[in-house]
Amino acid sequence: MLRERESPQAKRYARLVEQEKPRVDVGGNVLKAFVVGGTICLIGEVIKTYLMSFGLSGEVAGVWTSIALVFLSALLTGLGIYDEIARFGGAGSAIPITGFSNSVVAPAMEFRSEGAILGLAARMFVIAGPVIVYGLVSATVFGLIRSVLF
Amino acid sequence: MNKTFTLKNVYVEETASVVGPTEGAGPLGDLYDVVIPDEIYGESSWEKAERKMLIESIGLCMNKAGYEPADFDMILAGDLSGQLISANFAARDLPIPFAGIYGACSTFTLTVGMGALLIEGGFMDRVIAGASSHHETAEKTFRFPTELGVQRKATATWTMSGAAAVILGRSGPVRVSEVTFGRVVDYGIKDANNLGAAMAPAAFDTLERHLKNLGKRPEDYDLIATGDLGSVGQIMLKHLMGDSSMGSGNLTDCGLLVYDTRQDAHAGASGCGASACVFSSHFFPLLKKGHIRRLLLLATGALFGLTTAQQKESIPSTSHAICFERVEES
Repeated sequence: MLRERESPQAKRYARLVEQEKPRVDVGGNVLKAFVVGGTICLIGEVIKTYLMSFGLSGEVAGVWTSIALVFLSALLTGLGIYDEIARFGGAGSAIPITGFSNSVVAPAMEFRSEGAILGLAARMFVIAGPVIVYGLVSATVFGLIRSVLF
Repeated sequence: MNKTFTLKNVYVEETASVVGPTEGAGPLGDLYDVVIPDEIYGESSWEKAERKMLIESIGLCMNKAGYEPADFDMILAGDLSGQLISANFAARDLPIPFAGIYGACSTFTLTVGMGALLIEGGFMDRVIAGASSHHETAEKTFRFPTELGVQRKATATWTMSGAAAVILGRSGPVRVSEVTFGRVVDYGIKDANNLGAAMAPAAFDTLERHLKNLGKRPEDYDLIATGDLGSVGQIMLKHLMGDSSMGSGNLTDCGLLVYDTRQDAHAGASGCGASACVFSSHFFPLLKKGHIRRLLLLATGALFGLTTAQQKESIPSTSHAICFERVEES
């Protein structure tokens, strides 16, 4: 018996579905991502410059800036605001460190009802986990390449 | 084989619906029986909130009709959560025999259809059919945490928060006259962000069989309402109907009636609650008042799970058709 999902009819249908998909406004999305991502980076620069005015080195000020941005993003996630920003900003709010913070806090909040250990703690890294894993893997690979070549 | 059941003795006596705040702010907002103030509804989890909504819709329906639990032979209900926890746990608080039924978002017409046959067959006299879905519960099960900053695809639907129950009995203002159960249809669509396109062939298959079995045309119904195909799915259904010699008829989709465009719900509402709440709050009164006389409701369901989606399997879908007719006063 011919499986419906492998039939020529199904293939025709799949092509039609692709044609009927609403077009995504790529230009508009890129612009919005630029504005939101740029604004987050600008806030970071303001914090960093402010800290450096107290005589902190660039490196130390940078670390404190990251901490401040992570805190701000976690707070906005908890208040239910960050996902509204992301709905508008897309990748502009996902790529900066604030997006990483959001991706940890959001599942932690979601699974709090399943308890502190099996809920909150175990599920906290469902989104960020793969980023950390492949971040470490690529860091190791490129670290090895660098140590061999240079 | 593949028959359409024509019924003589089954009626919808009463309906009730309980929806979330976003749904309450939509175009049908004034028609629902209860609009809850927030999604958590005074509970400690979204799952408990959904359960409370389902219990309330069933209780409200009984109160409106003036019945006690002892007046019912059975409850048939379902939802989207794993192991049907909303329906099963709701039934724990109701002293009525219960069967949980899973048809994904097609659950409402599946429970009504099965309940109607139990009555028509003479086995039962009065049955409650119900269904529920909850935006946050469903997102947690199928997609991302709700506070995660993600952009939804334009083809994605918004699982609505809503529970509804109907009482089926041997007399009432609206008759259940025709029932066609759906085959499971799969045209190979794998995109879980475009369930409308995956489900449209199932709706078409059931609609085509229903009409063919009865020798009818779409125009024989005042309204043909699909469950939650959404904007993209409806376009696909129209394509499929256009390619056949079926004709078009007066087509609508419950999912497209729940939100207005400024609510950013993309392709429309989805979930078991969509067809259940729109029928209960909107179509049932229209039928009672005689604004429409014959409604064909085709709730649609995508029968996939998170695991099958991650394993890149295509999405099997189904749709069950029920004709509701106004009882003319003689």
